[in-house]
Amino acid sequence: MSTDAFLRAVAAGALTAAGLACAAGPDLGKPLAEAEVALLAISVFPDGRGLPPGRATAVDGVDAYLRHCALCHGTRGQGKPGPALAGGLGSLATKSPVRTVGSYWPYATTLFDYIRRSMPYDAPMSLTDEEVYGVTAYVLWTNGVIGRDTVLDATSLPGVRMPNRAGFVNAWDEPARR
Amino acid sequence: MSDTTRAKAARIATRFTESSHPRPVAGGGLLTRRAVLRGAVAAAASVVGAAHAEVPAWAAPADPWQKRPGRPPSRAGQPSVHAKEIERTVYTREGDLAPGNGGSFTPLHLLRGTITPSALHFERHHNGIPDIDPDHHRLTLHGLVERALQFDIDTLQRYPMVSRTLFIECSGNSFRHTVAKPAQVTCGEIHGLLSNSEWTGVPLGLLLDEAGVKPEGRWVIAEGADAATMARSIPLSKCLDDVLVALYQNGEPLRPEQGYPVRLVIPGFEGNMSVKWLRRLEVADGPLHARDETSHYTDLLPDGKALQFTFPMGVKSVITQPSPGWDLQGPGYYDVSGLAWTGAGRVEKVEVSADNGATWAEAELQGPALPYAVVRFRIPWRWDGTPVVLASRATDETGAVQPERVDWLRRYGPTQRYHCNAIQRWAVDAEGRLANVY
Repeated sequence: MSTDAFLRAVAAGALTAAGLACAAGPDLGKPLAEAEVALLAISVFPDGRGLPPGRATAVDGVDAYLRHCALCHGTRGQGKPGPALAGGLGSLATKSPVRTVGSYWPYATTLFDYIRRSMPYDAPMSLTDEEVYGVTAYVLWTNGVIGRDTVLDATSLPGVRMPNRAGFVNAWDEPARR
Repeated sequence: MSDTTRAKAARIATRFTESSHPRPVAGGGLLTRRAVLRGAVAAAASVVGAAHAEVPAWAAPADPWQKRPGRPPSRAGQPSVHAKEIERTVYTREGDLAPGNGGSFTPLHLLRGTITPSALHFERHHNGIPDIDPDHHRLTLHGLVERALQFDIDTLQRYPMVSRTLFIECSGNSFRHTVAKPAQVTCGEIHGLLSNSEWTGVPLGLLLDEAGVKPEGRWVIAEGADAATMARSIPLSKCLDDVLVALYQNGEPLRPEQGYPVRLVIPGFEGNMSVKWLRRLEVADGPLHARDETSHYTDLLPDGKALQFTFPMGVKSVITQPSPGWDLQGPGYYDVSGLAWTGAGRVEKVEVSADNGATWAEAELQGPALPYAVVRFRIPWRWDGTPVVLASRATDETGAVQPERVDWLRRYGPTQRYHCNAIQRWAVDAEGRLANVY
């Protein structure tokens, strides 16, 4: 197949996975072993897939939170100078909606995923998994979502029901492929 | 030239100008877009003809820079020292506390054409711009695929590439158009989280096909190598359709602030999804529900519910000349010119009003309106020196029409800042100054 025809076919979506991969593709990607992938795969999905071993409570997380998070988000997640993490419950339909982890976020797993990949702002990816569980628990506790002694781990975190879990309307209907 | 000859020439020039004077097509002095170019040229020619009468003060046999050698060639060009003020406007969200959380606006009011110079492409970063060593960088593709694959930059360079002119618009563009009082800042500072470039890269579908997407794969999670390690979930159908793994912008390697050495470009979708510094692609059976697709980049409605995964940017246009930051020089002829785009594909038409929306006239679209690219529109206008209000309204190929601001506001909760595509009005006062008005 000529390059032009090849690109046209790609653009038109005419080349399927089965047809292309060996037949005409450059086939230059370096295959990765399962173990190599595991080192990179940091996504944590709402059903808990991707959560690492470890466990912590809000009490366990106080120290890490105060050291790494409180400067921007306030000691109790009230915000200022950075974004508020707590409060705003019941405000979404008012004239002054306040969107926080507690009032807005649909999944608790997102908190773990985000803290682990992006926070603390000045030293991202510097917390241990235990510390991330602890800080996650602390932020959920400041929102009244869990108790101070609730243990969060790979099993319990996906089961945490967020107050605004039913608050989102999916605007994109991605079809199944078969 | 004698007085009699001069008077005769002036009469002829006047008659010539009037005979080719285009007719009004809407209120406020808008002229037909078809006839005027020829008419304007004729009018200009008549002025040149009349100028023979007197030697203007600025005229001289030669300018100073004709009388001494200029600078030698250089390795990389720079803007004229007289055009140094054509710069982005920088903003940060939390100031010194988080200097890398911010962006910069393209100065739309100072640019013409449709391609944004790479140095002026808007920015939005969540934790700064990384300086990535391309020899160290890898793109990993894994998840629900037959073969997990890794690509280094040299390898990606060997793949077939395509070049497409595409706009990228931040979902939060025009957030200043959503606030209670009209911001008195430049057009670029309101609408300049929009840029348009020629992007060159490898079709993502090619890499996905090489890895072999499993039947259960429905979304692709893209992740950047910046200090935010930002992640977004993208529908697989879009990835297989027209998403680019881009390595070049306007012919040169990506600038660091645009994702060097490699980024996604997702035609028509909110800019945040065109993940820069692309490091990882994970095929999954559902979206990640990452922070930037739950906490942020979701659209709160009046009833407290929020729309999630609102990807395509709405049909939109804005007059860039004249606009705040580009004031009028007195009554007379102007080319009203601006930009239009839509996340649905092609812009079908743009209408312009010079009487605050009472009447509208269709503007000329310059060149073909490419899908998912910015198109420039223009319409001739003769300003009579009285206060007027200018506005533009775009319609796309799906029939979607750019909404009035009040109608746009009504759809959302009071703090909605994303996806604002409302009609922009510029007021012109008697001095020719432009202002943002609702």
